[in-house]
Amino acid sequence: MALNYTKKTMDNFLKPKNIGQMKKADGYAQIGNMVCGDQLDFFLKVENGKIKDVKFLSFGCASNIATASVMTEKVKGMTIEEAKKYPWQKVSAELGGLPSQKQHCSVMAVQGLQKAIADYEERQKDIKETPKKKTKTTKAKRVKTKTTKAKPKATKKAKTTKKLR
Amino acid sequence: MQVYLDNAATTRVDKRVIQAMKPYYSKLYANASSIHLLGQRNNLDLMEAKERISKIIGGEARSIYFTSSATESNNMIVKGVALANRGGKRNKIIISEMEHPCVRESAHSLKEEGFKIEYIKPNKKGIITKAELEKIIDDKTLLVSVMMVNNEIGTINNVKQLAKLAHDHGAYFHTDAVQAVPYLEIDIKKMGIDMLSLSAHKFNGPKGVGLAYIDSKIKIKPLIVGGGQEEGLRAGTYNLPGIIGMTKALELAYNERDEYIKRVKELRDYLWKEMNKEISDLKLNGDLAKRVPANLNVMFYSIEGEAILIDLSRQGVSVSTGSACSATDLKGSYVLKSIGLDKNYLNSNVRFSLGKYNTKEEIDYTIKCLKKTVKRLRAFSPIK
Repeated sequence: MALNYTKKTMDNFLKPKNIGQMKKADGYAQIGNMVCGDQLDFFLKVENGKIKDVKFLSFGCASNIATASVMTEKVKGMTIEEAKKYPWQKVSAELGGLPSQKQHCSVMAVQGLQKAIADYEERQKDIKETPKKKTKTTKAKRVKTKTTKAKPKATKKAKTTKKLR
Repeated sequence: MQVYLDNAATTRVDKRVIQAMKPYYSKLYANASSIHLLGQRNNLDLMEAKERISKIIGGEARSIYFTSSATESNNMIVKGVALANRGGKRNKIIISEMEHPCVRESAHSLKEEGFKIEYIKPNKKGIITKAELEKIIDDKTLLVSVMMVNNEIGTINNVKQLAKLAHDHGAYFHTDAVQAVPYLEIDIKKMGIDMLSLSAHKFNGPKGVGLAYIDSKIKIKPLIVGGGQEEGLRAGTYNLPGIIGMTKALELAYNERDEYIKRVKELRDYLWKEMNKEISDLKLNGDLAKRVPANLNVMFYSIEGEAILIDLSRQGVSVSTGSACSATDLKGSYVLKSIGLDKNYLNSNVRFSLGKYNTKEEIDYTIKCLKKTVKRLRAFSPIK
């Protein structure tokens, strides 16, 4: 099967922006696509309700890496509310379009970001509600259960995208 | 530097093959079915081509039918045999789990014609064993189809043994031998093969020509009907330039076989040795010894096959992958699944298939690029 990646997709694959880990992230999420097997990890740094920094790791194809790269560039500096609503169509459009079977990569990137924001908001709630109880162990546990819960949701959405093409 | 390591997909046409084909485009262009002298002349060349091919693969020249591709040959054989025998007591078709999609899909399409399709599982090394076929074959089996060499992992099946078992149960035996030339010596009669498929472009011949060998005792319903060419089994004007090209390519492949196999095996083994030296956490898929000497299929832990392919490709190295991301249906390689590869590793595979024109310099360059690619992608993999 032929793949016609745009120059911008190739550039973002070859020199991805915002790639790497982040120590002491304010929000973190891992997202996997059960259909194609790809995985993305997102790390957020939030200041005054704005995304100050965002980083990602990828086990995925060229377009998986490129979509996460271009999306992180775009949402950096946005308010949490703006970033939450950032649509996957824009990610794909930013790259000058993606091959039809690769559209789901942009959906996955956006979902991963939303999940990391949800984790950030959850942590904020914890800080407000029970600041004393917040320990390292409970935090780790919470993140773990969230990951498993969200997985089927990711698959569902991926399937819908498949139908779209 | 451009390094083509995707020879299992297709190959460069040998210049001598192009030379042999040329006259059939410019001077000897008459229709080989025409009655005039030019047509008759070409018909003799067509018949001679079949003789020349039968000298190499054994069997009878008159049982050779030219097609457009191995895909067509496999459709023609699997569907044609089934449809000609529909309604009989034999309603079971057995194929291996590692067959090429054209055999799989042909078999699947027969379900609605009332046939039962069963699958032989390969062992972990990627080989179809007699014992596994024995478990499912019975006196209701019409046809057994097992490829001679697998296209993804290059493993070799003992078709002689499998054919005998099929015959013991009164079933026909077909083999897709597309990836076997020139690595295995093909002898249709000795191996007990009833039907076989080949494709010219896999052995430095032209694209668009295939061959179906169908033993004359076998009833078959033609798929393509029309002007009655190929004894009515495959209509359509003979692609004589292609047929001559295929014949020449097959002759060259077997005439130069020993020297080629020695050279390609050296290069392949060198590639595998250097890869192991330079890159950690990799694993070979399929048996190393029981595979054709041009193939390597390697799992690179924690990184994705399509990303490796694209990264190598922009450095000039062309390979192939069975990763889900490279497929339109987003499904990982069913061949690797069938040999029991863990699902966490299914998308991390790359196939390197060498050919006649590769050099040691190219392999050295490939290693250099591969090392860079793997290092770069692993640096940001979330999987540790």
